[in-house]
Amino acid sequence: MIRLERRPAPSRAWAWATPLLAVLATMVAGGLLFAFLGKDPLLVIRTIFWDPILGEFAFYYRGQLLVKAGPLVLIAIGLSLGFRAGVWNIGAEGQYIMGAICGAAVGLAFYPLEARWLIFPMMVLAGGLGGFLWAMIPGILRTRFNTNEILVSLLLVYVAEQILAWMALGPLRSPDGAGFPGSRNLRHYDAAANHELIAGSGMHWGVVAAFIAVILGHVLLSRHILGFNIRLAGASPRAARFAGVNPGLLVLTCLGMSGALAGFAGLFEVAGPAGQINIDFNVGYGFTAIIVAFLGRLHPVGILLAGFLMALTYIGGEAAQATLGVPAAAIQAFQGMLLFFLLALDVMTNYRVRFDVRARA
Amino acid sequence: MRRDAGGDGAGRVSTPLLEVQGLRKAYPGVVANDDVSFSARRGEVHALLGENGAGKSTLVKTVYGLLRPDEGRMKLDGRVYAPASPHDARQAGVAMVFQHFSLFEALDVAENVALGMEVPPPMRELATRIRDVSETYGLPLDPNRLVGTLSAGERQRVEIIRCLLQDPQVLIMDEPTSVLTPQEVAILFETLKRLRAEGKLILYISHKLEEIRALCDWATILRHGKVTGSCDPRQKSARELAETMVGSELALPAARTQDPGEVALSIAGLTATSGAAFGTELKGISLDVRRGEILGIGGVAGNGQDELLAVLSGESRSPPESVLLGDLPIGSFGPNERRALGVLAAPEERLGHATAPDMSLVENAALSGRRRMGMVRRGFVNWSKARTHAESVIERFDVRVPGAGSVARSLSGGNLQKFVIGREILQQPDVLVVNQPTWGLDAAAAAAIRQSLLDLASQGAAVIVISQDLDELMEISTRFSALNEGRLSKPRDTAGLTLEEIGLMLGGAHDLEIGLAASRPGRAVEAGEPVP
Amino acid sequence: MDLGSINPVLLVAALLLASTPILLAAMGELVVEKSGVLNLGVEGMMIVGAVAGFIAAVESGSPALGFLAAAAAAAVLALLFGVLTQVLLSNQVATGLGLTLFGLGISSLMGQGYVGIRPPASPRLELPVLSELPFLGPVLFSQHAMVYLSLAIVVGVWWYLRSTRSGLILRAVGESHEAAHALGYSVLGTRLAAIAFGGALAGLGGACLSLVIVPQWTEGMTAGRGWIALAIVVFGSWRAWRVLLGAYLFGGVSVLQLNLQAAGIAIPVELLSMSPYLITILVLVIISSDKRRAQANAPNSLGRTFHASG
Repeated sequence: MIRLERRPAPSRAWAWATPLLAVLATMVAGGLLFAFLGKDPLLVIRTIFWDPILGEFAFYYRGQLLVKAGPLVLIAIGLSLGFRAGVWNIGAEGQYIMGAICGAAVGLAFYPLEARWLIFPMMVLAGGLGGFLWAMIPGILRTRFNTNEILVSLLLVYVAEQILAWMALGPLRSPDGAGFPGSRNLRHYDAAANHELIAGSGMHWGVVAAFIAVILGHVLLSRHILGFNIRLAGASPRAARFAGVNPGLLVLTCLGMSGALAGFAGLFEVAGPAGQINIDFNVGYGFTAIIVAFLGRLHPVGILLAGFLMALTYIGGEAAQATLGVPAAAIQAFQGMLLFFLLALDVMTNYRVRFDVRARA
Repeated sequence: MRRDAGGDGAGRVSTPLLEVQGLRKAYPGVVANDDVSFSARRGEVHALLGENGAGKSTLVKTVYGLLRPDEGRMKLDGRVYAPASPHDARQAGVAMVFQHFSLFEALDVAENVALGMEVPPPMRELATRIRDVSETYGLPLDPNRLVGTLSAGERQRVEIIRCLLQDPQVLIMDEPTSVLTPQEVAILFETLKRLRAEGKLILYISHKLEEIRALCDWATILRHGKVTGSCDPRQKSARELAETMVGSELALPAARTQDPGEVALSIAGLTATSGAAFGTELKGISLDVRRGEILGIGGVAGNGQDELLAVLSGESRSPPESVLLGDLPIGSFGPNERRALGVLAAPEERLGHATAPDMSLVENAALSGRRRMGMVRRGFVNWSKARTHAESVIERFDVRVPGAGSVARSLSGGNLQKFVIGREILQQPDVLVVNQPTWGLDAAAAAAIRQSLLDLASQGAAVIVISQDLDELMEISTRFSALNEGRLSKPRDTAGLTLEEIGLMLGGAHDLEIGLAASRPGRAVEAGEPVP
Repeated sequence: MDLGSINPVLLVAALLLASTPILLAAMGELVVEKSGVLNLGVEGMMIVGAVAGFIAAVESGSPALGFLAAAAAAAVLALLFGVLTQVLLSNQVATGLGLTLFGLGISSLMGQGYVGIRPPASPRLELPVLSELPFLGPVLFSQHAMVYLSLAIVVGVWWYLRSTRSGLILRAVGESHEAAHALGYSVLGTRLAAIAFGGALAGLGGACLSLVIVPQWTEGMTAGRGWIALAIVVFGSWRAWRVLLGAYLFGGVSVLQLNLQAAGIAIPVELLSMSPYLITILVLVIISSDKRRAQANAPNSLGRTFHASG
């Protein structure tokens, strides 16, 4: 009989090994899935994981890597702080949308004034503030009325999507757009554009922000008392209260930080790669970031790596879609599988598998 | 299910009802039972005597089918008995009353009883039978009450009635008196004697010697998982039993010394509601504790101990003037503000309240010591100071652990408790409040902790010890007071108190209300001793 | 604006049907949560049920087979969650989220070739004579079979939890898994069964959407109904009848806002579209703000991992 036995202390080796094993297992299971869809599994896996970095057209894809990884990492860093504290903000998608709307609205309000030193920083602030305020709704409802933040933050995503549609069709619609939905393209408005910093690299201010967030997140968690309180509250809420942590304030802090980071990500996206507020502006970064956060073990450096891996599946997935006709949805299922394998293998960090040899009869 | 093996039931007959031969059960790092053998007869109260961690609970869990032994076998009524589950055990006529009750607070008494039966009758009939049995054995109980609203003593009755409705041959009782007042203990003993007279076998687990001498016909004594002796406890002195049980002489704490100084901390007329679902409300609590003294607060668990600790530690805020440190109102201060002023606390729950189980001892040292030990500057934690603090606690309090980097849950109960108490004492508190400081510890660790509390008091600190263990409070406290249903009795000098007086204090001046308003906070019900 | 075009009879009749997917999913989740498990993957199970039921119905031509397939597929997905959380002891919140993300992905993958097809029609169950009654006839006695089935399930779950031994054990496991284990009840078995049942009902709810209400397959067609089902369990404070009430309240708001949109009322369409979500949040707030009442009936072990140590 196979039995699980709790380890006296979590295994560090397994904590690092499980993400790698999960990626391998996902490749195997994903390969089976692709074979089932009638594709050559090895070819698909190579197209997704190898070609974007080292293949023939890698020069094009490499830039995309940073573009996709930037928002994922930025959002996931914020989410990981909450997840560590047991605060489940799963509505980052909504906060991302609201950040983009607020930031873009500030930029568009100044059109066509050319004063980049004023407009772009204000947009960034407005973006962060939009995400922050949107996340404060579940935060305040949780602390004031004891309402489950998981459900509220998620339901607010649907609300944010409706606001996005309203904005794209109504108040923010471009007057020069010939009746098409969508705002002016911010990339064509220099004072508000989030341009590539190094041509062809994909590096824009959002990616810079993501790297800064990784560093600050790491310092916060390992050195700062707030980071310690976050970890303590997640590990043992009662012990945290004994340590003098104010649970309500911590909930607000975590939701606020993750909301603001998601808002920043939204702003940088709308002013850069996406360019405009439109109905289909959001592509699910807020949800994928949840996978990134877990895959990165809720650790800033891990999240950075996981963000790149997940960006790779996006880009490789698009390539596989274009060249091999692999459906886009397969990539989404692939990402979900990755999270499952990670969670399944995670048991090894805290438990040992024992094979019972029956005692003599 | 009863098979008569030829005995007359009530008397001592020669055929054993339960035979245990060479049982062995090992966990990683510890052998909980090692070649354990004993036999017990019908109409007998058979004691399993031993310290915490001696292997008593493992042994009875094996008999009850919750654990399967690695080696060895059992016979019940002459037949091979190898229960694969508690269902099998109950089918064979073995029932068990747990130390921490296996009850469901949100279900009513009848539903709880039904869950403990193999083939329960329809609910309405069951309610009638519960009333019948409770009258027969003198255990009053209302079948329709929610268990969450019952007192500890009443909860135990639910467990006992649940067992008795099965008409068992063997009744296992795991530390049944640890949650009872002396008066309730007397009622329980009457019930057990009645059952003995009916020819049932009662396996009685305890580490309380006087109790066993008063009740039991035979005792099997365990130490470190092995049987170290068996005897008729009525023929032995408590001292002889203790030596077989402990295996050595115990160092008793030094006698208390100086006269108490001025009042360090006082509470006046404090009333506080509990945050927990079935918690206890504190009603009109007043106390004061002086420098150099230990104020002992007795009482059965669930009478407001957790709530009182929270009010003192600052986890629950109260009106500023209701808690005074000297003349300073601190009722509205949080834990860290109180720590800065020298008021420290050590909660009962070692894992998950006093410490975060998955964090290292260094981190757990920073948990309570961040303020007083200067570990935080401009928001940043100085981890080397935290490590120094953790290491000095480990060294000074003889915490046996590979290093300060070990996570809290890897420590045994005794070592962790030494860490928890030491962590506070080394911060040189002016007032220290501890709840159940030696609960579940072996005698040596318990003695060490009591000694350190006495030392602290003799250095001029005011100490409040909340404990269920009366012997402990008699031994170390200067004054004694009791919590009952959220009310605190007026403190009295410990010297000169009689057992009867203590019983009355524990029962409160309002013991007629017992069970009407009493309640008990939800606590873990996993039955088991900490694995040493 | 033409409010006169809203026919109250059709409105109520539509309400019952529109509420059914959420009602089914919420009843399933109620049983799961009563056993002490928090499965946040309802949305994922619903959408997989929607697509699996759609495919099976299209391929076989039988709506009944479609519903069966939907229940089976979602139950299998739920068991995946069950194995992860109960056997491999993974975090229930994270795994439930993963289930939703995975379900959304796998469903659009499965539904690739089925976009824009109409499923075989599943007829209404016209009860003879009764369906001729004015008002009550079309509202109560001329509904789709799933509406009656969902109501039967509400009664069944209520009776099961209240009056059966197995229901008592399920509640006991949800209340305190340690105590249930100590008494010798199988925490694992009880919970896996509850999780599979919850999955099957979520799947039925999804199929109800793709086969009866819409009826069509589109990606992401559940549009948050799984999350609303979760909210309704909290709203219903873990009682079958209140969950019924919550589901019909939500259905009412959805149908009403669609009717208002159709009537061209002068409220922005987006505001109407978001109203069901806003009202769900509002109701959650009202219910949760009374802490004692909100938690009185909540299973005590909800969401906690159980590992039977020796």
